[in-house]
Amino acid sequence: MAEKLIEMFSYPFMVRAILVGSLVSLCSALLGVSLVLKRYSMIGDGLSHVGFGALAIATAMNAAPLAVAIPIVILAAVLLLRISGNSKIKGDAAIALISTGALAVGVMVISMTTGMNTDVYNYMFGSILAMSSGDVELSIALSAAVLILYVIFYNKIFAITFDETFAQATGVKANLYNTLIAVLTAVTIVLGMRMMGALLISSLIIFPALTSMRVCKTFKSVIINSAIVSVICLFVGISISYLCATPAGASVVIVNMGALLVYTIAGGVKSGALRKK
Amino acid sequence: MALIKCEDLSIAYEGQTVVHDLSFEVGQADYLCIVGENGSGKSTLVKSLLGLKSPVKGCITLGDGLKQNEIGYLPQQNDVQKDFPASVYEVVLSGRLNSRGFRPFYTAADKEKARENMELLGIRDLEKQCFRDLSGGQKQRVLLARALCATKKLLLLDEPVTGLDPIVTQEFYQLINEINKRSGIAVVMVSHDIESTMEYASHILHLQETALFFGRAGEYKNSEVGKAFLKGGEYHG
Repeated sequence: MAEKLIEMFSYPFMVRAILVGSLVSLCSALLGVSLVLKRYSMIGDGLSHVGFGALAIATAMNAAPLAVAIPIVILAAVLLLRISGNSKIKGDAAIALISTGALAVGVMVISMTTGMNTDVYNYMFGSILAMSSGDVELSIALSAAVLILYVIFYNKIFAITFDETFAQATGVKANLYNTLIAVLTAVTIVLGMRMMGALLISSLIIFPALTSMRVCKTFKSVIINSAIVSVICLFVGISISYLCATPAGASVVIVNMGALLVYTIAGGVKSGALRKK
Repeated sequence: MALIKCEDLSIAYEGQTVVHDLSFEVGQADYLCIVGENGSGKSTLVKSLLGLKSPVKGCITLGDGLKQNEIGYLPQQNDVQKDFPASVYEVVLSGRLNSRGFRPFYTAADKEKARENMELLGIRDLEKQCFRDLSGGQKQRVLLARALCATKKLLLLDEPVTGLDPIVTQEFYQLINEINKRSGIAVVMVSHDIESTMEYASHILHLQETALFFGRAGEYKNSEVGKAFLKGGEYHG
């Protein structure tokens, strides 16, 4: 077992997968807490479908996948936020519209060019082989940006997540920070989706936040705990994927489900113990 | 000079005028209650006072050194907060955000101010508790402490007693009255509860798209509008 794990690090593609994966899961855990609490969980799912459509178009045009996907998904993220803020079309319906629409476009483009093949399968469910050294550099830059912005704007992010109207009334530019969160989420999703898969990437946003909220009572502890749980789950998931030859994305999600279960039980025991006192 | 002076104010919401030709003012240490039926434009007026909605006509002037971002606002509760994992201390401290500007972190003075306000409202012992585990009355105290952190001069309360039981409601009114009398902070309160309103308010603004009445609470009781509305209030109360 230990030997196998050491062996795992001797493959450059595994090192890249673990590095990019850890950084992406760190970023998505931080952003996820705000998104889940603001009832924007499905934005992550919607954006990954848009990302799928964009990657399909990029492949058809023989363009660099990230260069096409990142701007398109950022655009979609800003658009989704605008629609959610406007009550004419409800946020959840708007997200369903955009995500299925983008998925359909992606499938059409692929079927007209290369046909449904392993590429499509990899986009949908992810591939551990997908990470290049360019991705490693980009993910380091992204996670540095997310971490720095998160620390600097932590108090403002707390304020707009807890009570947007009050925050605005005290002079916080809530729209600016919402857009910032959406843009960072978009980049995180595009980076992570080729490894985790378009259908599974939103789990990285939703699971860690929900898991930590079972036990933690303060915003700060939820954030820190989410980040730690997310990175650990990713590492365990990838290791399982390597040892048992299971798909990487699905393995990570299964480990996240396990963590949620453990935390739910721990949370139940903790509040039960408090009640007894 | 008045803290807030509204002149010939008209506000539109999605193209429809909801408030028109409204004039009133709030002076230092006043206790103004805004009453009126549902849909009379109260919430829209609150948004405009906070600077979140600009009027289509007329103007709101803030005076006496009151800055736009220094109104202590107590909003109606939203459903995000029902399961929000945040400690009481974190919530109260977030009221100090307007004193930060572009500087990212709270100072020791901010933290001290947050503790003082928790002490004042008798919630210091809840400091480490999770906001979502509190009772309705405790939650309102926490949000009031946050509002006090944000202001030195004016509290703006939007239906603060909705969903509270009668005893807690009375306690909450007394608390606000004490703050108003002791620290001289002006109070603007939107309320349905006309009877309790009359007990504490110094001024009344009766809103029905425009001001049906604006003046001292004593005069309101004897006015035609006031008589009719108070009678209605008794029937429902």
